[in-house]
Amino acid sequence: MIRIEQVCKKFRRLQVLDNISARFEQGQVIALIGPNGSGKTTLIKSILGMVRPDSGQIFVKDQQVNGDPAYRKDIGYMPQIGRYPDNMKVGQLFRMMTKIRDAAPPGPDEDLYRQFGIPSITEKPMRTLSGGTRQKVSAALAFLFNPPILVLDEPTAGLDPLSSEILKEKIIAEKKKNKLILITSHVLSDLEELTTHIMYLQEGKMQFLKDLQTLQEETGELKLSKAIARVMRGYDANNEWIDQLFAVEKNNETPAK
Amino acid sequence: MKTFLTILCCSWTLAASGNSIIVGPGLPVRSLKKAIELAKEKDTIRLQAGLYKEGAIILTKSLTLIGENNPVLDGEKKYEILLVSGKNITVQGIVFRNSGYSAMNDYAAIKLVDCSHVTLDRNTILDAYFAIHISNSVYSIVRNNRISGVPASEQLTGNGIHLWKSDHATIENNHIQGHRDGIYFEFVTASVISNNLSEKNIRYGLHFMFSNDDIYRNNIFRNNGAGVAVMYSKKVRMEKNHFEENWGASAYGILLKDITDSYIVQNSFLKNTVGIHMEGSSRIEIRQNQFRSNGWAIKVQASCDDNVFHHNNFTGNSFDVGTNGTLVLNKFENNYWDKYEGYDMNKDGIGDIPYHPVSMYSMIVEQNPTTLMLFRSFMVSLLDKAEKAIPSLTPENLFDNKPMMKKLSL
Amino acid sequence: MLKLSRYVLYDILRNKIVLAYTLFLFIVSFSMFRMEENGSKALLSLLSIVLIVLPLVSLVFTTIHYFNSYEFIELMLSQPLSRTRILLSEYAGVCISLLSAFWMGVGIPVLVFSPDPTGLALLFTGSSLTVVFTSIAFLAAVRSKDKARGIGFALLLWFYFALIYDGLVLLTLFAFSDYPMEKFTLLLSALNPIDLGRIFIMLKMDISALMGYTGALYKDFFGSGQGVLFTAGIMGLWAVLPLWLALRSFKRKDM
Repeated sequence: MIRIEQVCKKFRRLQVLDNISARFEQGQVIALIGPNGSGKTTLIKSILGMVRPDSGQIFVKDQQVNGDPAYRKDIGYMPQIGRYPDNMKVGQLFRMMTKIRDAAPPGPDEDLYRQFGIPSITEKPMRTLSGGTRQKVSAALAFLFNPPILVLDEPTAGLDPLSSEILKEKIIAEKKKNKLILITSHVLSDLEELTTHIMYLQEGKMQFLKDLQTLQEETGELKLSKAIARVMRGYDANNEWIDQLFAVEKNNETPAK
Repeated sequence: MKTFLTILCCSWTLAASGNSIIVGPGLPVRSLKKAIELAKEKDTIRLQAGLYKEGAIILTKSLTLIGENNPVLDGEKKYEILLVSGKNITVQGIVFRNSGYSAMNDYAAIKLVDCSHVTLDRNTILDAYFAIHISNSVYSIVRNNRISGVPASEQLTGNGIHLWKSDHATIENNHIQGHRDGIYFEFVTASVISNNLSEKNIRYGLHFMFSNDDIYRNNIFRNNGAGVAVMYSKKVRMEKNHFEENWGASAYGILLKDITDSYIVQNSFLKNTVGIHMEGSSRIEIRQNQFRSNGWAIKVQASCDDNVFHHNNFTGNSFDVGTNGTLVLNKFENNYWDKYEGYDMNKDGIGDIPYHPVSMYSMIVEQNPTTLMLFRSFMVSLLDKAEKAIPSLTPENLFDNKPMMKKLSL
Repeated sequence: MLKLSRYVLYDILRNKIVLAYTLFLFIVSFSMFRMEENGSKALLSLLSIVLIVLPLVSLVFTTIHYFNSYEFIELMLSQPLSRTRILLSEYAGVCISLLSAFWMGVGIPVLVFSPDPTGLALLFTGSSLTVVFTSIAFLAAVRSKDKARGIGFALLLWFYFALIYDGLVLLTLFAFSDYPMEKFTLLLSALNPIDLGRIFIMLKMDISALMGYTGALYKDFFGSGQGVLFTAGIMGLWAVLPLWLALRSFKRKDM
């Protein structure tokens, strides 16, 4: 569904994407992981056409990503930070979006819209919303048009545990509908139950793209985080980052248990 | 019946002072020349409607020549139509057309030479080189004439009403347009120009030189190439005239050059490039005039002294006063300036701080005229503000010490 | 496109800055006409507002709006919408809101108190300058990396067009005062929309003075139907060209 061919991108002297090639197919949930500045967001933005690669091509459903915006009707995007016009009301935002974009069959998907309780805040201006509520709005918008591809940039950041859970379940449901889902997250435990594939980026280079099973078999670890850690040590990567990752994970896991 | 009687009475009265000769096509006397030949002193010639092409006509007898129903004397572009010389002559109600042009002589539709008490009344003069040319005459009256020329170049067009070396002339109620100078005075004294409308002339609406003790009042000078020029004269009274839309690089409401001991009172100057331009003039009293929407209301060259400007209204002018030097020997007092931003604490109607009518930018424009394109820009207003705080370019002693707070009703 | 700009417009019209701007213009215009006995003097004061405040507000407000909408623009970019359409919608939204502020704040008082050729020329110039400087601001904003730089750039542009340019012109005119510069000044005026708008108003307000020095040149040029077309044409260029450049940059830009 998405084909990335030898994509390179430089921001001034910094090589943000270094010769990335990958194929994502439907039914897959790809976890894009890597330290800050590893090029995750740039890759996503390249797929969305917001960043133009210096060389290489990206195809979405066999349509090359260039000037023509039409291919984006197949993508639902949830940005890392959703900011909206201050004085626009929530209801208006949804009305506007439905006016500029048609939903793919079988029609609009209002599950998250309802589950996040957005109908009750339609009269609120966007500027009055908290960061978490804005994330809910972003998520609801991404799923609203029932697109075959979903791109979620740090979807659970800022969401309360309950909403986070709702979102995860929604992702699983969409996965079952044979959609392609691309997720970046720092919180590996969030990805645990969702992912089918792991794509690991560091300093603009793709270290590996493997399905979860292979990864588990290769490392002998069942837990995603541990498996990755093992692989990482093998790749002689930035150990410090992995340690940090575990620290975060522990912090996250403790209250859950 | 009544009309008939009136006509009868009139002709009888006229007949009492002389005989009447009727000239017209199909009448015993068909030619004006012939009639003049036949006429005796004090006779009246009645010229009936018709077209007369008689070349140059000379009139020296004391006759009254009356055109009835607009007879036309045509000069065929060759002749000076009517030459008058003598006294007590009246020419009235005749249309003069196509008088000749000569580069050597000042051909005119009507020329008066060495006359006294000659009246030109209600005539129409079309397409003439000079329309009315008067020289060496006294007590001439030019009244109610319509004069319209075809404006060509300054060389090919003569003046509308031209007076030279005359005195006690009266020029009133004429409408002059399309000539070189509408009214031209040279060496004319003790004369009055009033209620005329002089417009669309190539050069000056009124050109006035070496003519002392004259009055002109209630005239309208509008849209002339260079406005009105009054030069090298003394004791001239200019009253209640209206100067409008005299536009151009050297166009003025009035250009005053070497004028002394004169008065400019109750005139209005509207939309002229320069309302009054003065050079080499002294002892002129300028009061109760309206200066509205002019480029410069007044330009006073440094060569002027002892002139007094008081009780005038200055409104909506781009620049109120312009000058070319820093030495100013003229007096401004009790004028109303709409740009004045002072205050009146004691409520006597007079501003408490003096008004400086010369702006910094008007001095700059005086030096370099093209900079006018920057007028009213932010930079120029900053310059003007700076100059107000620390005067350096503008003449310090040019100010109105008693500016009026309210517009004067004039 | 209108669908999108309708919402952009709706958002801006609720913006307190735009409301304050409208109110400011209205109060200033209204009190000027009230205080001054003759309308032409009030127009004169309004002229400074139009020539100085309008470009400044258009530049700064547009730049701030662009950077505040940055994430929203990103969101729009992730939708099946072309970049041209997105930027033009933003432009239309900002432009219409600033124009309506101007027409409500200045247009209504002028039409009520002084609906003469000078007043209409003022409204024409004001509208043109709003459109032009919004367009210039978009170029500055798209080319700038962040908000602070964008606003700095906008202020610099304002300073240049409102003040520095005229200073340079003054110096040039004095440096070459021995040459006939009248025709050249026509060219100079076309290179700064503020000057062009100002001269357009001067032709109504100071026609008598203008006739003196530049002679018939300005009047023949700007006063004729051709001149009005020329002014409108150059203003149009000033609006279209920066916007076109902004679009070109925006299309190549990495968000």
